[in-house]
Amino acid sequence: MTDLPGYPSRRGFLKATAAGFALSGVAMSAKAADKTPPVPLDQYERSYFTAEEWAFVMAATARLIPSEGNGPGALEARVPVFLDLQLAGRYGAASDWYMEGPHDPGAEPARGWQTPLTPAEVYRQAIPAFDAWCADTYGKGFAALSPQDQDAALSALQKGEAPLAPELREFFGILLANTKEGYFADPIYGGNHDMQSWVYIGFPGARAAFREWPERHNVKYPLGPVSITGERA
Amino acid sequence: MARQEKKKDVVIVGLGWTGSIAGIELAREGLEIVALERGRDQNTVPEFKYPNQIDELKYGVRLENMQKPAQQTVTVRRNGDETALPYRHLGSFLPGNGVGGAGTHWNGLFWRPQAEEMRLRSYVKENWGEGIIPEGMNLGDYPVSYEEMEPYFAHFEKVAGISGQAGNVNGEIREGGNPFEAPRSTEYPMPPMARTYDSAKFHDACKAAGYHPFQAPAGIASTSYVNPYGMQMGPCNYCGFCERYGCYQYSKSSPQTTILDALKRMPNFEYRTHSEVLKVELAADGKTATGVTYWDEAAQEEVFQPADMVILSSYQLNNVHLMLVSGLAAPYDPATGEGVLGKNYAYQMTGGVSLYYRDANFNPFVGTGANGVCIDDFSVNQNDFGKLGFIGGAYWRSGTFNGQPIRSMSLPPGTPSWGAGWKEGIGEWYGHAMSIGAHGSHMSYANNHLDLDPTYRDRHGRPLMRMTFNWQDNDLRMIQYMKTQMEPLAATMQADITKSSFKDIGAQYDVRPYQTTHNTGGHIMSENAREGVVNKYCQSWGQHNVFVMGAGNFVQNTQYNPTGLVGGLAYHTVDAIRTQYLSNPRPLV
Ligand SMILES: Cc1cc2nc3c(=O)[nH]c(=O)nc-3n(C[C@H](O)[C@H](O)[C@H](O)COP(=O)(O)OP(=O)(O)OC[C@H]3O[C@@H](n4cnc5c(N)ncnc54)[C@H](O)[C@@H]3O)c2cc1C
Ligand code: SF4
Repeated sequence: MTDLPGYPSRRGFLKATAAGFALSGVAMSAKAADKTPPVPLDQYERSYFTAEEWAFVMAATARLIPSEGNGPGALEARVPVFLDLQLAGRYGAASDWYMEGPHDPGAEPARGWQTPLTPAEVYRQAIPAFDAWCADTYGKGFAALSPQDQDAALSALQKGEAPLAPELREFFGILLANTKEGYFADPIYGGNHDMQSWVYIGFPGARAAFREWPERHNVKYPLGPVSITGERA
Repeated sequence: MARQEKKKDVVIVGLGWTGSIAGIELAREGLEIVALERGRDQNTVPEFKYPNQIDELKYGVRLENMQKPAQQTVTVRRNGDETALPYRHLGSFLPGNGVGGAGTHWNGLFWRPQAEEMRLRSYVKENWGEGIIPEGMNLGDYPVSYEEMEPYFAHFEKVAGISGQAGNVNGEIREGGNPFEAPRSTEYPMPPMARTYDSAKFHDACKAAGYHPFQAPAGIASTSYVNPYGMQMGPCNYCGFCERYGCYQYSKSSPQTTILDALKRMPNFEYRTHSEVLKVELAADGKTATGVTYWDEAAQEEVFQPADMVILSSYQLNNVHLMLVSGLAAPYDPATGEGVLGKNYAYQMTGGVSLYYRDANFNPFVGTGANGVCIDDFSVNQNDFGKLGFIGGAYWRSGTFNGQPIRSMSLPPGTPSWGAGWKEGIGEWYGHAMSIGAHGSHMSYANNHLDLDPTYRDRHGRPLMRMTFNWQDNDLRMIQYMKTQMEPLAATMQADITKSSFKDIGAQYDVRPYQTTHNTGGHIMSENAREGVVNKYCQSWGQHNVFVMGAGNFVQNTQYNPTGLVGGLAYHTVDAIRTQYLSNPRPLV
């Protein structure tokens, strides 16, 4: 495995094995353990991201949903894979959206998506722009920063203190939203690996049949999740 | 040159709730009918079947079941000084697409308006005088009364299969129902739905406060049911994938479960999907329609469909757009008050409180789109407008309706939006939060209206429709009043943490977060052709063979979800067509 520059070794390990649940303290179901493990994230064949972009989303999602503490982090959940597949598909291309000009990307945020760029193009242009800001501010690109500096840089991006062109203004918003989507969407989309994010919060996934439950008041639902393809965790 | 199809008696534009009602009722008269639907065909099986539909990303977030802005959208500005910008991806409202329309993926909250809401201007005048009506508010009466509408509401409830507890049957108040509803002639067709923990908590708090809680009336089957068309529904599973989804079993009230299979069997009914109507064609004198032109997606060509009667049932926004591009009436000019088309666009005013309990288990994924307990103690007919300083009201509701974690992750104030704190927060609070919502009226104003955009065009080269819309003080005062009443009630419920979200005076319309798909007005009903687009039978004042369905007929919005009134008006219209129009086609008023 090739580690990313500046990665603490623990996250390097998680990224490489993607089976780090033991480390993060989440119990693995027999079924999940029986499965052949998925391709490690550093060997994953990307559909959309370049190598530099991949290094960025690995590092950024690992701070947005870190591995520390209870529950899987974005890397254990394989959120970067989800992002790659989404951006390679209809969402990334804004296929369903109205994208005709003229565009007014500087319009007030309450007016909605007004950049001429698609989500995939926003990632493509914003990552190097933000990386350049990180290099200016901290002397290194985002992926090479310490976790503390990464958090500070992401906060600055969120608050608009790391200035991006108006066309790229939505970047932090979609990065965070897409990261949470990848964390919680059904595993068929590449993230929420082994449904561990659902297990963590207690969401039963695609069970969707609770006929006898409405009137069981204040009783915690006991069953773990199932996925659309019928796996259990 | 457009291809021309064989002439039909009736062409229906859009096969959602109202198009299906028009279809079956007019097909039963023996008329030759074609319905044109721009989206795909969809049925419980296979399109909505388990488990494929149980997919939050695809349907809840990427909105696969909804209108695609690439195909059709609007531009939005908040006042006449702003340049309208396109609503490029869906946020605030989610129009439907495909057979069944928004009727497939609605929540099923089913209401009749209060009698006072149908004659609101008169009600205000009688009780407080017209002096309390704010400048710029186009307050009106519907040209049809609750009493005239009652049989049609009752019928639509039977067709749609509604579960609930009546509160007022012919003036007799029933325990456990809504005592403030207008008198109804019948009970609901099915008993009320089961009560979840959050709504039970809300129920008890309301009782203790002296309010009048009742189970939300729901277009969700609480038991097995057969409707007047012989369509069967089976009891709901509380699956929690209701709003934004087609029901995977035959439990949610929709055109599919209550009308379409009966209609599709009729030999004189035909429907064509992927057929997007572009224009209503008029006779040379403009006094009747000759049919419609549509885009046949498969053949990639324009087609002219001649017909003796045109029913516009393409949802409020699309109806107004079609009427504007076809020149069916004079566009409304807010400066002069002249013109009618696009007038009185209105929406819905909402707010609410979230309550967080460390030790409670709400199982938020157990629920239906229309789950919950409601109160009407702060509704239109309970509020002293003169004293309170606004015209309107709201119903309140509490009930789990989905626990899908991408969108339904309610966290206490101060929880970080990402990082270790967020991750800790979701582990700590998922399943431990409940909410109470106020769903309030929205009046009509000269400032809020629809017309054609000067700049942006759709893929057919037609101008997009332009929405000029912002929140107005009257409705903001109404929701602020709800806040002053809801917060003390919430305080009695002794949560560990509570969070309020009510719009403040001065709030600006934000197109991004989902609010409601309760867009109303634009082709409003009126007593005369100077004030509106259609008469009390939803018949176009300008062209007597054009009938227009949907919430675009609303003079102003009510405090309730619109579909009870939308469906009631549709039945009222088809009854007039059947009993008055067919034998002698003419303006009915
Ligand atoms: C998420 C959501 C939740 C809702 N929840 C509730 C609720 O709980 N209670 C309630 O009362 N209401 C609710 N509603 C609103 C409810 O769905 C609508 O009031 C109702 O469906 C309106 O019926 P309609 O016939 O006017 O339009 P629809 O049912 O939407 O049907 C319109 C049809 O016309 C088609 N169409 C549009 N343009 C064209 C064209 N140019 N050519 C051909 N076809 C066209 C569309 O594709 C669609 O199929 C909800 C809506 C949404 C989106
Ligand atoms: S909650 Fe009930 S009615 Fe709604 S989709 Fe699920 S099973 Fe159908």
